[in-house]
Amino acid sequence: MTNPYVNRKYIIISLIIFIFIVFVARLFYMQIIDDSYKYSAQNNSQRRITKYPARGVIFDRNGKILVYNEPAFDLMVIPIQTKAFDTTDLCKILEIEPNILRLILKRARLYSKYKPSVVIPQLSLETTAILKEKIYKFSGFFLQSRTLRKYPKPIAAHLLGYVGEVDEAYIKQNPYYKMGDYVGISGIEKSYEEYLRGKKGVSIYLVDVHNKIVGNFAEGKYDTAAIPGYNITTTIDLELQEYGEMLMKNKKGSIVAIDPQNGEILALISSPTYDPSLLVGRKRTKNYQMLLKDTLKPLFNRALMAKYPPGSTFKMVNGLIGLQEGVINVHSAFSCSRGFSMGNIHVGCHPHPSPLELISSIQHSCNAYYCNVFFKILNNKKYKNTEEAFLKWREYVTSFGFGQNLGTDLSYELKGNVPTNTYYNKYFGKNRWKPLTIISLSIGQGELGITPLQLANYACILANRGYYYVPHVVKEIHDVQHDNNKFLQKHRTLIDPKNFEPIVEGMEMVVKGGTARIAQIDSIVVCGKTGTAQNPHGKDHSIFIAFAPKDNPKIAIAVVVENAGFGATYAAPIASLMIEKYLKRKIKRVNLEKYIFESDLIRR
Amino acid sequence: MQRNINISKTIDWLTLGLYLVIVLLGWLNIFAAVYNEEHRSIFDITQQYGKQLIWIITSFLIATIILFTDSIYYQIFAYPIYFILLLLTILVIFFGKDINGQKAWFEIGWIRIQPSEFLKFSVNLALAKFMSTYNFKIHNYRNLITIILIIVIPTAIVFMQHDTGTAIVFTSFIFMLYREGLTPFIMFFTVISIVLFIMSLLVQQDIIIYALLIVSIVIFSFVNGQITFILSAIGALIGIFLISKGIVYLFHIQFLEQHFIISVAIVFALIGMLLGKLKKIKYAVHMGVLLLACITFTFMVDYIFHNILEPHQQARINELLGKSNDLKGVGYNVNQSKIAIGSGGFLGKGFLQGTQTKYNFVPEQSTDFIFCTVGEEHGFVGSVILLLLYVSLLIRLVYLAERQRLAFSRIYGYGVVSILFFHFVINIGMTIGLVPVIGIPLPFFSYGGSSLWAFTILLFIFLKLDIDRLKYLT
Ligand SMILES: [Zn+2]
Repeated sequence: MTNPYVNRKYIIISLIIFIFIVFVARLFYMQIIDDSYKYSAQNNSQRRITKYPARGVIFDRNGKILVYNEPAFDLMVIPIQTKAFDTTDLCKILEIEPNILRLILKRARLYSKYKPSVVIPQLSLETTAILKEKIYKFSGFFLQSRTLRKYPKPIAAHLLGYVGEVDEAYIKQNPYYKMGDYVGISGIEKSYEEYLRGKKGVSIYLVDVHNKIVGNFAEGKYDTAAIPGYNITTTIDLELQEYGEMLMKNKKGSIVAIDPQNGEILALISSPTYDPSLLVGRKRTKNYQMLLKDTLKPLFNRALMAKYPPGSTFKMVNGLIGLQEGVINVHSAFSCSRGFSMGNIHVGCHPHPSPLELISSIQHSCNAYYCNVFFKILNNKKYKNTEEAFLKWREYVTSFGFGQNLGTDLSYELKGNVPTNTYYNKYFGKNRWKPLTIISLSIGQGELGITPLQLANYACILANRGYYYVPHVVKEIHDVQHDNNKFLQKHRTLIDPKNFEPIVEGMEMVVKGGTARIAQIDSIVVCGKTGTAQNPHGKDHSIFIAFAPKDNPKIAIAVVVENAGFGATYAAPIASLMIEKYLKRKIKRVNLEKYIFESDLIRR
Repeated sequence: MQRNINISKTIDWLTLGLYLVIVLLGWLNIFAAVYNEEHRSIFDITQQYGKQLIWIITSFLIATIILFTDSIYYQIFAYPIYFILLLLTILVIFFGKDINGQKAWFEIGWIRIQPSEFLKFSVNLALAKFMSTYNFKIHNYRNLITIILIIVIPTAIVFMQHDTGTAIVFTSFIFMLYREGLTPFIMFFTVISIVLFIMSLLVQQDIIIYALLIVSIVIFSFVNGQITFILSAIGALIGIFLISKGIVYLFHIQFLEQHFIISVAIVFALIGMLLGKLKKIKYAVHMGVLLLACITFTFMVDYIFHNILEPHQQARINELLGKSNDLKGVGYNVNQSKIAIGSGGFLGKGFLQGTQTKYNFVPEQSTDFIFCTVGEEHGFVGSVILLLLYVSLLIRLVYLAERQRLAFSRIYGYGVVSILFFHFVINIGMTIGLVPVIGIPLPFFSYGGSSLWAFTILLFIFLKLDIDRLKYLT
């Protein structure tokens, strides 16, 4: 049976072939005869310019600017869009060697042919001006607007931290970042990066063969705006911070001042410090290397990372534990004949009246008194053996925030060290260590390692008579709710608040008539305690912790001055001047101030 | 009588080979179109090219299953399949996910299924089944109505999903119907009305009217072979044209009305002339009536468009016709697409070297505009090779359809040809600016699981029917 319409297949095949011929003819015209498409394609070069948001501005607690931004330009290149250009001319403008430029361009090509790479970051204003005129000669190159950190005052370098370019390893872990992006590397810049960085935007432009922008791609349909980072108000008092840095000039050490009523860090000084603007812009790498090589380690944030034995400032901890455990009371008295002797152990003491009760033992910082207290704590019949008593003691100590991260909002905070029973078991052997073996803990020496931040927090606990808030440096992030619950929680020690009263009395006496009379301020009741950290490598470190006023304290402070000897020599006057500055805003004791300003303990 | 058949001996290797080549070239071009430097591996399944590989592998599985299923089931279940898919397509309107203003997708995890893609082969099955019944006559009034219903119902549903492209695909069955004996007049009318419909919206009316007049005069002259008539008619036309322009200039008479009057006048004049002078009166009357009908149709379309349709409907039609001048819209896409293809030159810029597609100038590079990547990166040579592959496939399928012994298989085969041909013409035609932008994929080539699966099913059912053709010796 033949299908009557079988011949219609020829019509259908002809139609298919006809369409094919039409398409081929059309393609022949478009792709071979007509050149206008090729020209359009060149004109269609697209340039995606990332719009970098300005980082959030950081303010001090009174609204004064600590860091803001200033404009800068990066020279960028998109390798696939480059054409032959006058290398010497470009090198002359940029003031670099041609082979360096070649190297940079090679690296850019390796990174991506289609994506922009930085050729020279942060050009000077003059270079930018010249380049803007001549950029049309260099196809594929363009200027990218950036912002750089700018510091009104050369202070708070460690606190603020610095911003640097991301590297490939970092990008791999954090895909938000692209080559050439900046990220906070330390300090607030690091811990609040998420808020400070803002959100990048993009503009897509059409660029003609002369490397000139001819308009927005698709009328800006695909553009997104850059959203600036959130501004941050810190808890820092700019004046106090600046003053502290002046006091610490030519000294190694640190100051941490905290408002005990809420844990807000008022000043955090690590000395020697550096000008934060050194780590901005093109010279950053060079300056960073220079700072890294400095033997005084200016990059090292002593306030958070240096561990010191707390010395006599630790005596209050043992006093408090003694009271809490009931092994002493306020009127317990111990005699001191130039120290404490037992077996072949002798802990020396300086001349003072004897015997002393608890309050005056703090006032005169009697070593023998605390050796006895510590002895009683560890020989407490309540516990089976020394180890168990020691564990209880350690539990009390760690409740002061020692030997652990406080959980501040600053990066690179160290734990410090409170020795463990396992450590002693390993060091001396199980059951081979007795209270006498570790008697140095009674006066804050030995294996104890406490950071200045922990010391300041300890001052807060004493000021509050038994609790602290986690110290923190950010008060408010503008226009955004951030989770700061952990900074609103009271952390209590294991000591009953009433046991703090005699201790605080003692600290008052330290300043009124004890080891730190130099720290007295008219009309302000300062409570403090000196300390001296034994330093096997040189002169002892001078330590002082304090808070003021005695009732309803507004500031708690810890000062460590390395290799300065006894606590009262440098640490106490510095702390006292800081308190005066913060509470009175004006220094009356100009002579004391002058003495500190002029002291040079580094002498390089 | 049935015989056991060895698939590897009887399968049409040429079709299978063309299918494989087109699918793999498609995959490579998707890779080039959406190439992402951070995901350099073509196997990276976070990217479209990796996903397409999954679609390809699953398509091969589907194809294998089809090849090992007895083809008799497609005949038996033609209607159930049709109704099930119709139901799914209706359900998607209510339960589907809205993507780009189209409610055409079911979403299960990261997999999106578009039932309307599968509707194509099921409509084809239903038509083949219906038209292969014993003693079927296409010009039977009721048969025609049924055929139209089988096609129009799914078209209407897909229209409701706002997927105009896929809906229009169903008109492609006209080719199959033509082969099965549909009178050319119906085709002629369909083509004329579509062309007129589009033209009346795209082109100014007076141009259409004059064009129609000239065309009818030319056709008529060929029928009669009288030079003097052609000349006098054209002279009359020019005269009328000048007079009408003069009237407009002098009296500011409203354009539309004036043309209508003139046109009607011309028609009657022509008829009168022909009546008086020539013998073939029947032709003249036919021609005159047709001309009048066309002109009226043009005015109707124009009236409906401007006075009855809502503005957003007007915008949609304008967009469909590529009429909108909005650079961000359709016109922009075509322009960018033409730049990409045109800049390819003779040999193209090379694999992964295209700048236009890489920089996202061309929208939907991996789906509807995938041909841009071919044109840009492989130039004239590559484009023509791809066209040749498709044309070979289509002609081969016509050949296969013709050698079928069962009407069912032949009709189904022509249905496959119709659908593939329509997609081919529209998709490539739109990227090179010959056809208005209608978003439908290039078969086997564009990115997309549903489309690849659906085309694979469509083709392999036919391949299986072809393998089984020897089973049914008559
Ligand atoms: Zn003593």
